[in-house]
Amino acid sequence: MGTLAFDADDRWNAFVTICRNAEHGDGPLAGVPVAVKDNISTAGIQTTCGSAILEGYLPPYDAHAVSLLKAAGAAIVGKTNMDEFGMGTTTESSAFGPTTNPVNVAHVPGGSSGGSAAAVASGMVPMALGTDTGGSIRCPAAFCGIVGLKPTYGRVSRYGLIAYANSLEGIGPMAGNVTDVSRLFSVIAGKDPRDATSIDRPYTHTPSSEIRGMRIGVPAEFFGEGVDDSVAETVRTAIGDLEGLGAEIVECSMPSMKYALAAYYVTCTSEASSNLARFDGIRYGPGNESKRSWHDAYQEHRRERFGAEVRRRIMLGTFALSAGYYGKYYSKAQAARTNVREDFARLFRDVDVIAGPTMPTTAFALGEKTDPLSMYLADILTVPANLAGVPAISVPCGDVGGLPVGLQIIGRHCEEERIVDTAFAYEGVRK
Amino acid sequence: MVTESDVAHIAILADIGISREELAEFTGQFNAILDYFDLLDQVEAEERPEAEQTNIFRDDEVVPSLTPDAVLENAGESEDGYIRAPKVM
Repeated sequence: MGTLAFDADDRWNAFVTICRNAEHGDGPLAGVPVAVKDNISTAGIQTTCGSAILEGYLPPYDAHAVSLLKAAGAAIVGKTNMDEFGMGTTTESSAFGPTTNPVNVAHVPGGSSGGSAAAVASGMVPMALGTDTGGSIRCPAAFCGIVGLKPTYGRVSRYGLIAYANSLEGIGPMAGNVTDVSRLFSVIAGKDPRDATSIDRPYTHTPSSEIRGMRIGVPAEFFGEGVDDSVAETVRTAIGDLEGLGAEIVECSMPSMKYALAAYYVTCTSEASSNLARFDGIRYGPGNESKRSWHDAYQEHRRERFGAEVRRRIMLGTFALSAGYYGKYYSKAQAARTNVREDFARLFRDVDVIAGPTMPTTAFALGEKTDPLSMYLADILTVPANLAGVPAISVPCGDVGGLPVGLQIIGRHCEEERIVDTAFAYEGVRK
Repeated sequence: MVTESDVAHIAILADIGISREELAEFTGQFNAILDYFDLLDQVEAEERPEAEQTNIFRDDEVVPSLTPDAVLENAGESEDGYIRAPKVM
């Protein structure tokens, strides 16, 4: 047991809340400073989801992943900035101001776990927890040049994660290298009876760089329209390096990718419209004025305290689920989602992992993306893994114009060990 | 195509306040996004139940829960151990 004095200078606005004197215990992460994304509940430490509607909220309990961190001896040194409720690809939509990218402060760190990525990339902490609903761990990992793992759906408990799109999201580790990502993942993975979707698959793996004979699928769609040529070339070179280590490269196709992004956005906005109904200013967050009528008070409170993207998604989801449009949007999105799962299942009968770019471009300039649809389109390469619930990791694989590029490796359900090994092997040759 | 009055109606259904000035911008963005969602019209398969889906049951055990004080800690207004809410009628 001890107290860690955390004196990091946060020039990137990576944190919403910093705990200057963080207690820690004994265990595999004894005294290691770990930052936690601000949508993961921490007892007695403000948890805002990057939103003014939860400003000042002090959760009365810890998320399961946080309890496990504490049990492993980690020092929770603060809560990291994020796109409001995890909705965004840049960390510019936080009510607490944007985070900047430590590699180049004129650029965004990616989102929505941009604060966690910046906290790691700047060297403030060696590891951090993020959450990934449609790429929110892998995108900022790629943009900031660090490693981020989106686990298999259910392998880390979502108990205490403030829900946005619960059929897609999960908590995962972010760190400067594959070994630390693997260490952090071993602490947070495992069964939790408080999350009904939790699966009993603890993780005890030590990364190995032995990937001879591994079959790596490379879907053509991951290098399709919208993917920057220089990014594609950098990732192709990285895949060539994996081939040099004895892996076999298999060119393949994933036709369901065409509909994946639309299916993702219909699904996540529909779930958001339901999950975010609880933010009414009555039970938590800054209070609501109780003298007026319920709907007047409620609507006004949500207009004032939710940002534009959150309101847009709640309304889109309400529309997609409304009586006349359910069949056109939600039902079709679920069919498209099943097609994505089946495409992965078909590919994974022939290959062990799938590789491609994490993001189609390098980090955007701050303020560059103003149109919501163009922002959504940036998620095209990360959302398939969330729709299917399969694990995926992003590992740095070079630079374009001084900005990092991420190599994404996707695996079968509960085969994090294999994608960790692939990333570890690549990291070894790149160094 | 959704109109400004459609968006205003959705805002009421979603309990999201929206100002008159915001309506035009939201409507334009809505239409661009919904145009993109129209891609889904091309998906032929109907929604199918997932073969491996099963219900997950657990024993209904009484476990410790939050105290009333802890529950009320974050409430805007409380009275006699209850959360005070705006009037519904």
